[in-house]
Amino acid sequence: MVTITMNGKEIKAEKGKTILECARENNIYIPTLCYDETLSIYGGCRLCVVEVEGARNLVASCTTEATEGMVIQTESEKVVKARKNVIDLLLSNHPIDCLTCEKAGNCDLQDVAYRYGVREPSYIGEVIEYAVDDANPVIARDPNKCILCGKCVRVCDEIQVTHAIDFVDRGFGATVGTPFNEPISYEICRLCGQCVSVCPTGALTNRQFEGTRPWEVEKVTTTCSLCGVGCTYDLNVKDGRVVGVTPKPDSIVNGSSLCVKGRFHTDFAYSPDRITTPLIKKDGEFVEASWDEALDFIAEKLNKIKAEDGPDAIAGLSSARCTNEENYLFQKMMKAAIGTNNVDHCART
Amino acid sequence: MKLIVGQGSCGVAAGAVKVYKALEEEIKNSSADIELGTTGCIGSCYLEPIVDFIDDAGEKTTFVTVDGEKAKEIVKDIVAGKAKENECIIGDEDVEAMAKQKRISLRNCGIINPENIDEYIEAGGYKAIERCIKEMTPEEVIEEVKVSGLRGRGGAGFPTWFKFNAARQSPGDVKYLVCNADEGDPGAFMDRSIIEGDPHALIEGMIVAGYAIGASEGIIYVRAEYPLAIKRLNIAMAQAREKGYLGADLFGEGKFNFDLRIKAGAGAFVCGEETALLESLEGNRGMPRPKPPFPAQKGYWGKPTNINNVETFANIPFILANGGEAFAAVGTEDSKGTKLFALAGKIKKGGLVEVPMGMTIREIIFGIGGGIANDKKFKAVQMGGPSGGCIPAEFLDTPIDYKSIQETGAIMGSGGMVVMDETTCMVDMAKFFLDFTCKESCGKCTPCREGTKRMLEMLERITEGKGEPGDIEKLIDLGEFIKTTSLCGLGQTAPNPVLTTIKYFRDEYEAHINDKKCPAKQCKELLTYTIDPEKCTGCTICARNCPASAITGTLKETHKINQDLCIKCGKCYEVCRFGAVAVE
Ligand SMILES: Cc1cc2nc3c(=O)[nH]c(=O)nc-3n(C[C@H](O)[C@H](O)[C@H](O)COP(=O)(O)O)c2cc1C
Ligand code: SF4
Ligand code: SF4
Repeated sequence: MVTITMNGKEIKAEKGKTILECARENNIYIPTLCYDETLSIYGGCRLCVVEVEGARNLVASCTTEATEGMVIQTESEKVVKARKNVIDLLLSNHPIDCLTCEKAGNCDLQDVAYRYGVREPSYIGEVIEYAVDDANPVIARDPNKCILCGKCVRVCDEIQVTHAIDFVDRGFGATVGTPFNEPISYEICRLCGQCVSVCPTGALTNRQFEGTRPWEVEKVTTTCSLCGVGCTYDLNVKDGRVVGVTPKPDSIVNGSSLCVKGRFHTDFAYSPDRITTPLIKKDGEFVEASWDEALDFIAEKLNKIKAEDGPDAIAGLSSARCTNEENYLFQKMMKAAIGTNNVDHCART
Repeated sequence: MKLIVGQGSCGVAAGAVKVYKALEEEIKNSSADIELGTTGCIGSCYLEPIVDFIDDAGEKTTFVTVDGEKAKEIVKDIVAGKAKENECIIGDEDVEAMAKQKRISLRNCGIINPENIDEYIEAGGYKAIERCIKEMTPEEVIEEVKVSGLRGRGGAGFPTWFKFNAARQSPGDVKYLVCNADEGDPGAFMDRSIIEGDPHALIEGMIVAGYAIGASEGIIYVRAEYPLAIKRLNIAMAQAREKGYLGADLFGEGKFNFDLRIKAGAGAFVCGEETALLESLEGNRGMPRPKPPFPAQKGYWGKPTNINNVETFANIPFILANGGEAFAAVGTEDSKGTKLFALAGKIKKGGLVEVPMGMTIREIIFGIGGGIANDKKFKAVQMGGPSGGCIPAEFLDTPIDYKSIQETGAIMGSGGMVVMDETTCMVDMAKFFLDFTCKESCGKCTPCREGTKRMLEMLERITEGKGEPGDIEKLIDLGEFIKTTSLCGLGQTAPNPVLTTIKYFRDEYEAHINDKKCPAKQCKELLTYTIDPEKCTGCTICARNCPASAITGTLKETHKINQDLCIKCGKCYEVCRFGAVAVE
């Protein structure tokens, strides 16, 4: 344990913790844009700088370990001035279109500008101008809103282990892109959308949310029904209709991670092709039936086969689209109720 | 008898290859018994191509600014026994300039053949590593370096022994040694000259360092734009391997294995920053890592790593062969040994000089560099390249040592010295360096990426006559912010050229902003060209040369410049033979 002083308050912290971690554990606010506790430490945005007694420069709290006796000011005049400058510089090279930005209300840059009262940029000069990429049906990319926090690059590399994107070019011209600026390769990119969920600004957005303000939705936590992993996420419901999915970072199974299906395929709920009642074939035609009718029909058939030819005349094949629990119940039914080991799963091989 | 041709990059650029061929041919034609050899750069680049003649008594005669024809004359004169009468003999003043220097890291440059290991060995080479392995423990080696007082020559001036020791003490079985030969400062060529002229000095320095820290693998990160340096390093490494100085079980003591390899960098200034260099070595984009952890704790592939500069390593064999005391005998209290400088800009004798620490800037520029070109007035010297600062005339007597230089606001840096005369505009100069760092910023952190761009834009506006009152304060404010909040040394030093020029030449900034005038008459947009009717003879030469057809007037009539059309190229000013064109 080490003892440090933060804003005049004495704090005991575990050795090895950064100043930022100590602050957050003690409910002391330090703003960040490039920091994400699930990703490697980057130290790029410089918004989290604090004043440490005896240090020549301001130090980035996300990269600096709290050491014994450190005396830290997180909101001194010098610190606030530097933070305002960071925000000012970012806004000076950023479209000022918060009124119509899809990210408004959910944007870290907007939040810190609000918190530090940076109403408008003060530096006049070149502003980056890139084409907005809306070729993809679910991910919109507006590089003009990118603040180069590198979260998307890191999440793609470190969590998804795909590394489909990285920085290209240097200095003021640096952007996030692909090798040789080719269109993104879907051989490499899994379209998981992890980059979208970590992006602090409107640079990467989920197009399913277009036209929805963040405060209009109710979040309903659920388990994904698309496979057996059982990821937890939040359905975002507006006016009784599911708009899209956002991750729920404290999910035990998946944290913030989701795959392309879980994140983007809630729209199947409203598909006109979706079968919503059981169908029984009568005279060569499928006819809608009630659940009781359908289950009775199946039970009767199974009992008949079992009585006539024994349980091993029956085999069961379950679907990878079922949850783990459903798969468990299915094999239980096959073994205990039917009495056969003839049970298999389509994803087994 | 032997003739030796300087064939560093500077010599080659000046035509040394042709000279070599001409000498070869003439020696053959005259069937003279003269051996022909090659060496690296001696430092006097302004005198290249340089040819040394060693007679049978071992006496040396130096011929300078030789070309193909003159080379033949030299051979003829030697054969005729009147070498001393040749027109290319080096002047006394140049001999004196050389004598004022003190050569430790350049001890063999311009003397031995860099492609022949035997010449290095004859000059006392590989004695230091032999002494280390046979007689000393790694701790004793580190102690010797401590006694020498050697500090890193790559820029920051960190005590070398301390870094060795940190890497040695750092827990881990596998450790790495890295040589930083990225040399990205514009105009710097100290490291290149050492590698081209004496590659074995670097190699031996690295072997000693490897022994000291406990590394068995060393990597030399050298920019790909140095093909000759890479070639000579490869030759030298192969020869060292053949002689058993590199490879398994050096000197058969069963103590130490060590080998080296080269990694050619793609030439980004930021890759000279040690953690960006490590990223680049690992195959990633060269972007600095946060420190700590320092490389000594977590370096190449997360292992303890020591990184030193070429010049730092080149001093090591001298220290271990002659003792730390011998090195410490040169220099000042806090800065020991010598320092290499690349003299450039408005100086008479540009080139590479090695001087003892403590020599004044005046002595270097005037005593060795011969003063200002065209006998103009000295204005300032930029030390430390784009990370450094300018030192004005009133500090010419500042001694070269880490502390004194830092007190002026500049830094020792890696050794760039760009000399400026009265015709240099200091705002323009600051703009030049900032333009460089702005382009070379890796883009990782906000202050450097966005901030240097905004500073540059302000400077651009100022030099275009669009500066506004308050701009100077804004530059200082933003500069200080960038310095104190950037992630790496690039951003932390990028504002220095601007801040120091504001400190010493604020009036020049004010003239640009308030009076819309450039006192040095360099900022095009602020100049007005006019023709003095009293002096104009109507010769029409200006009108004929004006690329913008901005000058009107007929033969024998006074000419006039249309200011709306004038593009301020200065052509009329250059061509007028009557001094009738004035520039304000
Ligand atoms: C932007 C930047 C560029 C640098 N470029 C070089 C370089 O080209 N060569 C070099 O030796 N050191 C360079 N350095 C310094 C290195 O980071 C490091 O301090 C040095 O190589 C350590 O060696 P030394 O202790 O022998 O000086 C640079 C530092 C920065 C911040
Ligand atoms: S796209 Fe978003 S997450 Fe990626 S670097 Fe830019 S701002 Fe950060
Ligand atoms: S200071 Fe500049 S070069 Fe260094 S990390 Fe930041 S952006 Fe990159």
